[in-house]
Amino acid sequence: MPDPVISIRGLTKSYGDNEAVRGIDLEVHAGEVFAFLGPNGAGKTTTVEILEGYRKRSGGEVAVLGEDPERAGGQWRERIGIVLQSCRLDPYLTVRESLELYAGYYASPRPVDEVVELVGLGGKADERTGKLSGGQQRRLDVGMALVGDPELLFLDEPTTGFDPQARRQAWEAIAGLRQLGKTVLLTTHYMDEAQQLADRVAIIAAGEIVARGTPEDLGDRDSQPTTISYRGPEGEVSLSTATPVQTLNELTGRALAEGFELQNLEVRRPTLEDIYLELTEQEVPPA
Amino acid sequence: MSLVLHQFRYDQKAFWRNPASVFFTVMFPVVLLLIFATIFGSQTVDVRGGIKTTTYYVPAIITLSVISATMQSLAMSLVIAREDGRLKRGRGTPMPAWVFIAGRIGNSIVVALMMLALLALIGNVLYGVAIPWDRLPAIVLTLVIGAAAFCCLGIALTAAIPSQDAAAPIVNALLLPLYFLSGVFIPDDQLPSGVIHFADAFPIRHFFEAFFDAYVPANGGGGASVSWGNLAIVAIWGVIGLLLAVRFFRWTPRGG
Repeated sequence: MPDPVISIRGLTKSYGDNEAVRGIDLEVHAGEVFAFLGPNGAGKTTTVEILEGYRKRSGGEVAVLGEDPERAGGQWRERIGIVLQSCRLDPYLTVRESLELYAGYYASPRPVDEVVELVGLGGKADERTGKLSGGQQRRLDVGMALVGDPELLFLDEPTTGFDPQARRQAWEAIAGLRQLGKTVLLTTHYMDEAQQLADRVAIIAAGEIVARGTPEDLGDRDSQPTTISYRGPEGEVSLSTATPVQTLNELTGRALAEGFELQNLEVRRPTLEDIYLELTEQEVPPA
Repeated sequence: MSLVLHQFRYDQKAFWRNPASVFFTVMFPVVLLLIFATIFGSQTVDVRGGIKTTTYYVPAIITLSVISATMQSLAMSLVIAREDGRLKRGRGTPMPAWVFIAGRIGNSIVVALMMLALLALIGNVLYGVAIPWDRLPAIVLTLVIGAAAFCCLGIALTAAIPSQDAAAPIVNALLLPLYFLSGVFIPDDQLPSGVIHFADAFPIRHFFEAFFDAYVPANGGGGASVSWGNLAIVAIWGVIGLLLAVRFFRWTPRGG
């Protein structure tokens, strides 16, 4: 198995008495889309900015593309692309000019026109960035991170504050990265975003990883009981069962035999959101 | 080096498209020159044995425009870029930090040279203030040393500016009084000597004197056109600015 693209062991980061990151272990492999999911203030951005080389860690070991980000130089930066959590663009340059400016920083950039298409800004190439909508600006952020043709991309809360349509468009741009074979580390506090985009998810709360896995099996979602609820002759009923097929069979059999209807019948597995809220409940969830 | 040119090209584009930078850096000095020349144009100033007011104000306003194109413009635009996260984003690329700074300084110096040409031309065409072609090397040398020094001071100043909103007030609160006290707005002969002594403690007065000496020939023409003493003081201020900038300049936003 090749070396992981990102490898973290026992990572800690303190600001004075405040421990923002309290011992994180993680590996991200080539071609993977990995999501850090957690509420605001959980330590996501701190961790990502340590991996990007913006912050120094307090303890632990970190290797990104085989190098320590604190010491890595220009050669290493050729291979990574960064979308910061909040960053504006120069409003007086056009989309194409912004990308050309950044393309000039790299030894072997991707063709600018190709990047424009890739992030879905084909019709806006000659528009000044100050005139783009929030969603379009964010896609250009992704384009700016992509123009150097990096192997690894960091996306820090790529869609925070977006309306649903802008999020959908940003997701499409990010999903396109997978097809390019890029490794992506993204942070988000939206459950559906992690579910939609990531191969693997780590839930982070108060500086620690509290669960990890694929979006499907996260937090042992598979083995959690299923909830069945309905309104019958006894009134509102809600049952929890580990064997939903059998329970349903008995229930519908009884309903048919006794001739009543199971109104509002609902079979519910715990959603990723349920797991997330349960795991991060000591934190105040974002509004 | 070609990377510096690359950066410079895009800085130029962004500069000329930004209405605020064009107004404050280019239009404002022109308007000031027109106003001072219109109000005081018929008088004389008692320096160098008496010269026309307009002959005084052309180099004075060029001095102001150089400081505006360098210190003022850089301090404001760098703080805005820093708080926008644009400087941080740039640091995440392979581009070395010095390339970015060199592009910005180059941009400022080129704008300062353009202002020299523009104001010298207006002074000549409208008010008959001679363009001292024979002293051009001294003028350009003085301007470039001054421009470089005030660039360094502008970059250093960003460390003292916490937010985008604070940029214009802080920069103007520093520069405007010194323009008055240094003889840029009010001719030397009307300033008490105590005021000039005070202004001598700051670089604007020395840069103005150096530029004035380069631009306005001494009585009977000729004479030393490069004021080395004043230029040396300006350069020392520049070096201090550079050291402070290296030590305190931030690439990441202050707010959050």
